[in-house]
Amino acid sequence: MTQALLGAGELVKLDLRRDRIMIPVWVYALTATAASTAYSFRHLYDTPQSRLEFATAVANNASTRAMYGPVHDPSTIGGLTAWRLVTIGATLVGVMSVLVVMRHTRADEEAGRLELISAGVVGRHAALAAGVLVALIASLAVGLGAAIGLIAVGMPTVGSLAFGLSWCTAGLFFAAVAAVAAQLSESARTANGIGIGVIALAYLVRAIADVGPSWLSWASPIGWAQQLRPFAGERWWVFGVAVGAAALIGWGGFALAGRRDLGAGLLPPRPGPARGELHGAVALAWRLQRGTLLGWTAGFAIYGVAIGGLADGVTAIVGSSESTRKILEEMGGAKGIVDAFLATAMGILGLVVAGYAVQAVLRLRVEETALRAEPVLATRVGRIRWACSHVLFAVVGSVLILAAAGLGAGLAHGLRSHDVGQQLPRVLGAALVQVPAAWVLAGVTLVLFGLAPRFTAVAWGVLGGCLLLGQLGPVLKLAQWAMDISPFTHVPKLPGSALSVAPLVGLTAVAVVAAAVGLAGFRRRDVG
Amino acid sequence: MAAAIAIEDLVKTFGRTRALDGLDLTVETGEVHGFLGPNGAGKSTTIRILLGLLRADAGRARLLGGDPWRDVATLHRRLAYVPGDVTLWPNLSGGEVIDLLGRLRGGLNEQRRADLLERFDLDPTKKGRTYSKGNRQKVALVAALAADVELLILDEPTSGLDPIVGEAFRECIAEERASGRTVLLSSHILSEVEALCDRVSIIRAGRTVDSGTLTDLRHLTRTSIDAVLAAPPNGLATLPGVHGLDVEGTRVRFQVDTAQLGGVLAELTRIGVRSLVSQPPTLEELFLRHYQAAP
Repeated sequence: MTQALLGAGELVKLDLRRDRIMIPVWVYALTATAASTAYSFRHLYDTPQSRLEFATAVANNASTRAMYGPVHDPSTIGGLTAWRLVTIGATLVGVMSVLVVMRHTRADEEAGRLELISAGVVGRHAALAAGVLVALIASLAVGLGAAIGLIAVGMPTVGSLAFGLSWCTAGLFFAAVAAVAAQLSESARTANGIGIGVIALAYLVRAIADVGPSWLSWASPIGWAQQLRPFAGERWWVFGVAVGAAALIGWGGFALAGRRDLGAGLLPPRPGPARGELHGAVALAWRLQRGTLLGWTAGFAIYGVAIGGLADGVTAIVGSSESTRKILEEMGGAKGIVDAFLATAMGILGLVVAGYAVQAVLRLRVEETALRAEPVLATRVGRIRWACSHVLFAVVGSVLILAAAGLGAGLAHGLRSHDVGQQLPRVLGAALVQVPAAWVLAGVTLVLFGLAPRFTAVAWGVLGGCLLLGQLGPVLKLAQWAMDISPFTHVPKLPGSALSVAPLVGLTAVAVVAAAVGLAGFRRRDVG
Repeated sequence: MAAAIAIEDLVKTFGRTRALDGLDLTVETGEVHGFLGPNGAGKSTTIRILLGLLRADAGRARLLGGDPWRDVATLHRRLAYVPGDVTLWPNLSGGEVIDLLGRLRGGLNEQRRADLLERFDLDPTKKGRTYSKGNRQKVALVAALAADVELLILDEPTSGLDPIVGEAFRECIAEERASGRTVLLSSHILSEVEALCDRVSIIRAGRTVDSGTLTDLRHLTRTSIDAVLAAPPNGLATLPGVHGLDVEGTRVRFQVDTAQLGGVLAELTRIGVRSLVSQPPTLEELFLRHYQAAP
């Protein structure tokens, strides 16, 4: 085994150098989120009474339970902070872990860089071990950062450490998942998709557990992060469970890696057609983007069905006690709660679909830097047509994916409430109003691509900023103008409130202008 | 007939790097033009400007009578391009890429496509990610050579090919020339340029240092002479144009400026020649002379 890991130390150093910006940004963003959330909770809810009221009023409603998990201890600031951040943070740390592992394993392998490295005095498993180790270092840094941040704003030390550890749990587990995913496909894109798909599944399973059968929580690694219960009677042994599971899965990854050739996936490559049917730039873009689009559409349809299936049960959980029933009625009755649940869920989906739109536009940059745009642009295909062939997927793809989620949720919710005719259009509409906000993000990405192509990755930062504004804005009680920066603030909260068309038109107009600016910039700049 | 490519005083800078620094290049219609230069001399940058992918900072570039930046759509119907670094879509087969690029160019000669696949010994059913560098290059070459276009722009097209396929490529280019197509061939495989090109341009650090037919260029260089004479030579060293004279009894070895060759041969004949080997300058020598000179 030591033979197989020869050189891993050097590779860890190399990987850390390559990640010298990315990992600190993750650590900083997540640490700041933890510290500022705890800080503002302490000022907003400074008496046990106010905390309890907050917990009952907001935290105990099923839509927020599905999103954030249950409140294990409403009496302390730490308990509220943990409720608000453990689940979301664990999910994000998991995503970071998958991206880091893939970047240093399959992506390098696909690009041919690993071949150069493997020809040196480097063991067979060194690159995989280094990638996983770097993901672990990053997870630990995030966990430690969060713990220090929480201690700095006056949270109890033990709870803060447990909080950091709960995030680490997810980072650790999903690094192991990524180690397996990296072996399955020849393409880093697909491997990333598999890893993030597993995270989405883990999130969904725990969402179901948190509003339904609670034992199901143990089936999800994100559930484990919650089960560690920071600030609410820490259960440290849960970390042991995660380590054991991660070790088992990680071992599987290394075993699979030992059974395949460099550059190969586990599935043997099949020959393709000798003649091509692709007729133009759009056909090429469709061929390149269809897998991603179909995957997202299918995933969102499933997610939609799960959300729609849960929606009607939400009132049963909430309405069990007299006091919550009262609150519930103030919020507009059972129907109001269900609608609020659906609206929140659709809002989250809108943010995620914006991620799809960003990556669909970024495909332009990927093609450009891989030098694959060059031969196409050397034909009679003009720049604008080539750019639009990919942008089309951001525009139409966002609609398709949200429609799939809306149809799934509308059908499931309609069937459960025996009112498909009424609920299906309402829920579908709630999904589709998210589209213009996602378009704005696509437009911003296109502006970067046209005017500052080296900084296209900033688009992810913009999306992250929108996520933070949406998550932290209400907690920090930010001014409305600050909240208004995010396009998602302007999306009507459907179903349940009135559909206002003006913001939708406004967002679409912003997206169109941004796209025009981006395309005009691309027409003027150098390619390559 | 108008020149297919006419570049004058072209300048392109990337940040602080001056990639092209007043480059000139003229390619006449119907000729195969060798475009020579060491790595980083600016060959690919020039080609990318001709393709309208980069915008020149100063100077003039005309391609097939049009402006390469402005008239992209019309010009690109009339040319085919093989990049120096061929990257393919990992999940598309070679055949699919050939047909796609052909259609994007506006058509592909079916007969020629089949013929080229055979001559280049290329399996079109393999996926992009499984091709070696040479095979990726073959995919791009088949797509370009099977297109019915006036101008071929080839950026180091043979750097990954094996000698047999390299030979097939040379035959193809000879056929292209016979059928009247214009070819801009960037390369640093000098024997290939020597065998194929009517004229060459040699560039260095973004500037054209020499341009013309190989005969023209040779005229400015030295011929190597290795001769055994009837008697030890006297006064050979003082003749104009003789360099690096090495005398061993009656054997002499030296280089002579090609322009002065006549006078020197007359002197040798006067002394009496037992045997004589004369070597014209190779392109290698031309090349090295330009690159080893101080900038």
